[in-house]
Amino acid sequence: MPAITYEGQSYSLAANENVLDALLRNGVNAAHSCKAGGCGSCLMRAAEGPIPARAQSGLKDAWKAQGYFLACLCLPDKDLAITTVGADAQLGATITGLELLSPDVLRVRLRCDAPLGFRAGQYVSLQREGGLARSYSIASLPEESDLELHVRRIAGGKMSGWLHDEARISDRLSVLGPSGDCFYVPGKEEQPLLLVGTGTGLAPLYGILRDAIRHGHRGPIHLFHGALHKGGLYLVEELRRLVSGHAHVEYIPAVLNGAEGGDLAVGSIDQVVLKRFPKLAGWRGYVCGDPALVQSLKKKLFLSGMASRDIYADAFLPAPPVS
Amino acid sequence: MLHPECIIMELVEQSLYQQLGGEAAVDAAVDVFYRKVLTDDRVSHFFDDIDMDVQIAKQKGFLTMSFGGPVAYTGRDLRNGHARLVERGLNDSHVDAVIEILGESLREVGAPEHLIQKVAAIAESVRGDVLNR
Repeated sequence: MPAITYEGQSYSLAANENVLDALLRNGVNAAHSCKAGGCGSCLMRAAEGPIPARAQSGLKDAWKAQGYFLACLCLPDKDLAITTVGADAQLGATITGLELLSPDVLRVRLRCDAPLGFRAGQYVSLQREGGLARSYSIASLPEESDLELHVRRIAGGKMSGWLHDEARISDRLSVLGPSGDCFYVPGKEEQPLLLVGTGTGLAPLYGILRDAIRHGHRGPIHLFHGALHKGGLYLVEELRRLVSGHAHVEYIPAVLNGAEGGDLAVGSIDQVVLKRFPKLAGWRGYVCGDPALVQSLKKKLFLSGMASRDIYADAFLPAPPVS
Repeated sequence: MLHPECIIMELVEQSLYQQLGGEAAVDAAVDVFYRKVLTDDRVSHFFDDIDMDVQIAKQKGFLTMSFGGPVAYTGRDLRNGHARLVERGLNDSHVDAVIEILGESLREVGAPEHLIQKVAAIAESVRGDVLNR
């Protein structure tokens, strides 16, 4: 079995064990979250040794060239020497805003120590001392001075609990990223856009929507935001104000449980969307939020005629339970 | 030295993928094909629980192979890749259905009939590996 060196220590890998699991098994406080190659929290850098291609899938080319890889996807064939992630990937950041948008969603604003190049809709991994890391989608635009994240309180959640209950303005964090390929791509500006999200799946869509408007997208844009009940919706007034200034943009808040006939659509989000737009050939879609919903909605949009290359998605993977 | 006839045969074989339109044709056909597979009651249940992006990549690989294009599948890849499906009951009738859907998809994107026959023959040639026998 190959061995890895990390901070001067050598560790051997068990059969079919990835680098992250080997480090955690040996008590190393390695930052991580989803353990499925999705969140980017376990980014590491190899000083020496071949990196399996799969461990670099989805990383930007500049990072690949510098030897960055995701530890949770890395099953090396040969010995690998790992160094810490460089300053080019990790940024210090200061909390500049904490505002409750709904009983369980907190708007967190951060000012990074240096500009973070990103596309609206991508996500970053937020890291605290001691290896605690969670990824959050970016709701702000690159030219805005602060990074905006929407953090839902998770029962027993370490990062969300800290942000909701203990974090204060001026507290310091690290930001790693950005990652993700769910963002607005300029061009085809007559194409109708469908943006669908549940819960804090609104965060990336809020960025993508404003990015599309900013780029002068001329085709109709329909934003559907779904929640279990009315209290789960947020930014409602802000979004209504935003779309009132743009005739081609529509905002449809929807709830699973609620009375028909009010100003909210009622029903499961996929039914609400597909009832309104049963034929989607030629459209572009963005789907964000709960992984099961994202998975099934992608397929439904595809079966309704949307081309697979026009479907962009960001499934919010939960942090794995503590073992 | 190669016999001229062999060279010509080789050119004909190599160009099936090009004759169909190469990667652009695969891209055009893959959505049509996968949409049919997902809605065909005979086979759709084999594709229900799998991530769409992963499936699209696999279907693209399958179409590229069927077009005689550059895909490095080995018999072992195909056996390993389908072993779990064979356990779930994958049999000749499902392979028949997929080859039929493949033909319909190619007709829909305008491929000529004589090339569709060649594509079906290539798909047919891996039946044993797919069914693990």
